[in-house]
Amino acid sequence: MTVFLQRVYFGLIGLFLALPIIVVAGVSVNEKQDLAFPPKGFSLGWYGEIFANVEWRNALFASVTLAALSAAVALLIALPLAWFLWRRHAPWANIFQLLGIAPFTLPPVITALGLLTFWAATGFYGQPATAVISHAIFFVTLPLVTLSLGFSSIDRSLVEAAATMGADDRTVFRTVVLPLILPYLVSGYAFAFVLSLNEYIVAYMTIGFTMETLPIKIFNALRYGYTPTMASVTILFVAIAATIFGLVARFGDLPKLLGAMSSKD
Amino acid sequence: MRREAPQKLTDYGPLVFPAGMLITFFVVPFATMIAVSFFKRNPSGFYTPDFVFENYERFLSLFFGKVLGFSLFLAVTVAICCVVLAVPFTYLLSRAKRRTQVLWLVALLSILSLSEVIIGFAWSTLFSRTAGITNLLVMIGILDQPVALNPSFGAVLTAMTYQALPYTVLVLYPALVRLDPTLTEAARTLGASPIKSFFTVVVPALRNTIVATLIMVFIFALGCYLLPQILGRPQHWTLSVLITDQAIYQSNMPFAAAMAVFLVLVTLGLVGLTVYAGRKGEAA
Repeated sequence: MTVFLQRVYFGLIGLFLALPIIVVAGVSVNEKQDLAFPPKGFSLGWYGEIFANVEWRNALFASVTLAALSAAVALLIALPLAWFLWRRHAPWANIFQLLGIAPFTLPPVITALGLLTFWAATGFYGQPATAVISHAIFFVTLPLVTLSLGFSSIDRSLVEAAATMGADDRTVFRTVVLPLILPYLVSGYAFAFVLSLNEYIVAYMTIGFTMETLPIKIFNALRYGYTPTMASVTILFVAIAATIFGLVARFGDLPKLLGAMSSKD
Repeated sequence: MRREAPQKLTDYGPLVFPAGMLITFFVVPFATMIAVSFFKRNPSGFYTPDFVFENYERFLSLFFGKVLGFSLFLAVTVAICCVVLAVPFTYLLSRAKRRTQVLWLVALLSILSLSEVIIGFAWSTLFSRTAGITNLLVMIGILDQPVALNPSFGAVLTAMTYQALPYTVLVLYPALVRLDPTLTEAARTLGASPIKSFFTVVVPALRNTIVATLIMVFIFALGCYLLPQILGRPQHWTLSVLITDQAIYQSNMPFAAAMAVFLVLVTLGLVGLTVYAGRKGEAA
């Protein structure tokens, strides 16, 4: 009886979470330019449209480029910071960890508006590079958290052994530390990449008037004319996120990454 | 390797780039925003530097009071809905097989990462007349003809709960995984039903976690900037929506900045409260 109730509860939550995606998936296979559900006819043409239509293709390209670059910059900020905080005893440096976590914890509108005023004041407003930097700052929290977790799980005696045998900091980092935190590095990048791909408000407030990323394009389409391409892009995004997080789970320890300390079998 | 205090100047090397980036592109923009909140609006351009309080004085209007009241009310409602749904779910999840847990975590992360634009679009489709859920009800024969369910308060609330639910589960997950299973086992041995042991043992043991989670989801919901705009009527707009609207469509940066500063203060107050609740939880 309890097991049954448990299944029902899981099922209901699952249904609630899946329902919008099911409907959107249905809409995305309509044969004509029609937002009907259940779909009228069947066609995968709207998926082709993402790549065939130059506007959607450019938006996809802009989004992927932005996500790939900004996640890389986020990693470049997070890695030395996490390494320093783990290697050195400098309590005042924790302020930078706080600064790294703040942009993501505050309501996104605030970070977005801060960056908008900043780019407008410095005269770079609207340039593509501003979005890369803005997203890197906004999402630096994610690699910072995964890397801090990664560093804290390193057995310090390993590093000590390397140091005793004459390795300097650089060698220790390259030969001992880096291999051990590589999974955390990859998952930090993956988290930042997927979230940047989906991010709307910061992108809109930095480059919204000069370029379109996919979320901006979908929002504009919401206002000025629906098309089933919006649905196919949505499904594409769900698929990308599920694939990337699936890979993280496959090659890493997802429960541990999400804070469950002991990984049980 | 022991952690040592930095000795030479070069020991600070790794800190240079991260600190420089965070100061230049987070601290400085933040300060710029605070400065702009005291500037005067310039209808022809962005603003003219000044030091006035008129942007803050606008908070004292009835309209602003209503928006603030509604934002807080909406965020509280979303937080309560999410926690009520998520606590039993996360509890069951943390007791499930590892494989089941991983599958759910992947699904939750995928939904959590979805853009607000996409969630808004998905729910507006689901609530629409042509492609909506009411079509299914017509098929079963409950309704005569499909109806549109948005814009409405219910639509905004549903979509925001949808958006915040995965977040709530992921916030609760670490605490629930670490919850000592012997607690419930003891209750079960003494004859309590699973449901009774959940409410009399698990929930009280997690009281502080639940309070902290409520506050975190509340902050998360307060940051929601698009769903009220896509799925609601103008009276359902929240502070975040209004900030976006003032900054982008009304080009009133000083007022938008003043509201953002206000929102930061509210959020920081709540974060402080969360930390306090967490400390108390650890002490207990």
